[in-house]
Amino acid sequence: MLLSTLPKAPSGVRGLDEITGGGLPRGRPTLVCGSAGAGKTLFSVEFLVRGIEMGEPGVFMAFEETAEELAQNVASLGFDLERLSAQKKLVVDFVRIERSEIEETGEYDLEGLFVRLGHAIDAVGAKRVVLDTIESLFAGLSNATLLRAELRRLFRWLKARRVTAVVTAERGTGALTRQGLEEYVSDCVILLDHRVTEQISTRRLRVVKYRGSAHGTNEYPFLVDDSGFSVLPITSLGLEHRASAERVSSGVSRLDTMMGGGYFRGSTVLVSGTPGSGKTSVAARFVQAACQRGERCVFFAFEESPQQLTRNMSSIGMDLGRWRKRGLLRVESARPAVYGLESHLAFMHRTIREFRPAAVLVDPITDFTDSLADNKAMLTRLIDFLKMEGITAVFTSLTSAGANVEQSEAGVSSLIDTWIVLRDLEREGRRHRALCVLKSRGMQHSHDIREFRITRRGIDIGEDQPGLPDPKPVARIRRRSAIAARKGAPR
Amino acid sequence: MTAARRRGRKSTLRAVAASLGAAERWELRLYVAGHTPKSLAAFANLKRICETHLRGKYRIEVIDLMVNPELARADQIVAIPTLIRKLPPPVKRIIGDLSNKERTLVGMELVPGP
Repeated sequence: MLLSTLPKAPSGVRGLDEITGGGLPRGRPTLVCGSAGAGKTLFSVEFLVRGIEMGEPGVFMAFEETAEELAQNVASLGFDLERLSAQKKLVVDFVRIERSEIEETGEYDLEGLFVRLGHAIDAVGAKRVVLDTIESLFAGLSNATLLRAELRRLFRWLKARRVTAVVTAERGTGALTRQGLEEYVSDCVILLDHRVTEQISTRRLRVVKYRGSAHGTNEYPFLVDDSGFSVLPITSLGLEHRASAERVSSGVSRLDTMMGGGYFRGSTVLVSGTPGSGKTSVAARFVQAACQRGERCVFFAFEESPQQLTRNMSSIGMDLGRWRKRGLLRVESARPAVYGLESHLAFMHRTIREFRPAAVLVDPITDFTDSLADNKAMLTRLIDFLKMEGITAVFTSLTSAGANVEQSEAGVSSLIDTWIVLRDLEREGRRHRALCVLKSRGMQHSHDIREFRITRRGIDIGEDQPGLPDPKPVARIRRRSAIAARKGAPR
Repeated sequence: MTAARRRGRKSTLRAVAASLGAAERWELRLYVAGHTPKSLAAFANLKRICETHLRGKYRIEVIDLMVNPELARADQIVAIPTLIRKLPPPVKRIIGDLSNKERTLVGMELVPGP
C-alpha cells in the first residue's frame, strides 16, 4: 500500500511550489517570518489572491494595517482587494489593539478573536487564512503567558477548521521569531530575508522546516515586482534537462570546424578573455548566425547601449539592426549593479519567458556582482533555467590581464559546457589575438591555439598555432592585412 | 440572564437615565462569548461596582458574541470579556473579568488613576 503523502495547497507564489514540492501544507498553518520590510505581507496577499483565483476564498486578518491601507499597498502589484471583497471571496479584517486604550483587570482570553475569525471564515467559506502579524498582540496586551497559551489554542483551532493558514511573525534576534512562534507552528516555516551587501539589496527565501515533506533547503532569491512575488529556484528538476545532439553554428565557420560542427543546441558556452580580446565580437557572431537561421535571440548587453552595440558590430560586418527590425533580435541593455542581483535575474527570466528565444547572449556575466559565491549561485540559476528551456546560451566573461585565465574562471567552469578562451599574445612588437577551445563537453575538439583577426568582414581564424615552427598561416594573415592596408582599411 | 429580564432592566434603566442629566448617564457594554465562568464573574463584578458607585445612573448591555458574532468585528473585540464604557466620553476599554477592583475603577475613571 502506498502511503498518502501530505496534501498540499499550491501557494500561488511563483517558484515556491517547485521548492516545496507542491505548495504549503493543506489545512495547516505555515509560519512566515522575516524582519520588517522582508515581504511578509506581500507574500501573504499573494497566497490569498492566488488561492481565490484557484477557487479558494480567503480571510486576511491584519494586525498592522487597515483594510484601506492594505488595499492601497498591494494595488501596485495588480491586486484589487476591494473588488475581491465585494465579490464575497475575501474578507479583510483589521484588528486594532492599542495598549494605551486598554485596561487589563483580571483574567481574559482571546475568544473575541476566535469569534471574529470564525465569522469571517463562515462569511465567505474561506479555505485560506492569513494572520499578519499576529505578534502585534504582544505589543497590545501585557499578559504574555496567556497570549502564548491562546496562540497555541489558535493554531490548533485553525487546524481543526481545516484552513490553510499563513501566519506571519517578526524575526527575532537569535531566534526565528521574536515570540518563539515557531514552536507552535510545527508544520512549515518559511524565512524571508532582505539584506544589503555592498549597497545592493537582495531578497532571499528559505524553507526552514517542512514536516513530512522533502523541500529545497537553499536560500533562494526572490523578487517583488509589478507582477507579484516570485521565487527563483535552482531548479528542483536538477539535472534532468534534455541534451540535444543537434549542432548549431557558432557563427564562425572555422570555430565550428575546431569543434567538429559547432555548439550543441541548448548547451552553455563561455567566451572569456582579457579586455579587448574580442569577446563580444566572437559571441555576437553566434547571435548573427542564429538570426540568419530565423531563430529568435536575446542579447543582454551590460556594457553597451543597443545603438552603440549595433554601430560597433556593423564595423565588423554584422547588421544587428536588421534583425532587430525583423523582430528576431532583442537587445536589452542595463547596468546590472543598478538593480539588486535577484531583480536582475528575474528581469532576465521575464524577458526570456516573454520573447521565447532559441539563443541568448549575456555580455558579460562578470558584472553581476563582486562576490564570487553570489555570482556562481546566480549563474547556476540562470543556466539551469536556460537549459530547461532548451536555449543555447553564450556568456562572455572578462579576465583581468595577467591573471591565470583557467584559474580565475574556475568558479563557473563546472557550469559551462563549452569554454572558449581568447587571449592576447605579444610577439614581434605587436599584439596578436589568439583563441582556443579550452573544453567542450561531449565532442572532439581542437586543442590548438589559433591566431584570429577581427576584420570588417567578421572573424578570421588562422589555420595553425602562432609562434610554433610553422609560421605560414600567420604570415599569410599578415600578407592579407598588408593588402588591406594598401586598400586603405583601418588598422 | 434571559432576554426578557434584560429588556425589563433596559426599560427601567432608560427611565432612570431620562430623569438624570445626559452628562451623568453611564452606558456600559459587556462583551462575552457564551456563559463561561469568566463572563459570569465579569458581569457580577461589574454589577457590584456599578451598584456601589453609580447606583441609578448606569445601564449595562451584555452582548454575547456567540449570538451576534458580527459585532466582534464592528466593535474591535479581541479579548473576552471586554467592557466598553460608551458614555460618558471618552470611550474606555477594559478587558478581563474585572476581578481587580482597583484597576477596574481606574479603567472606568471612577477614581483617578495612580
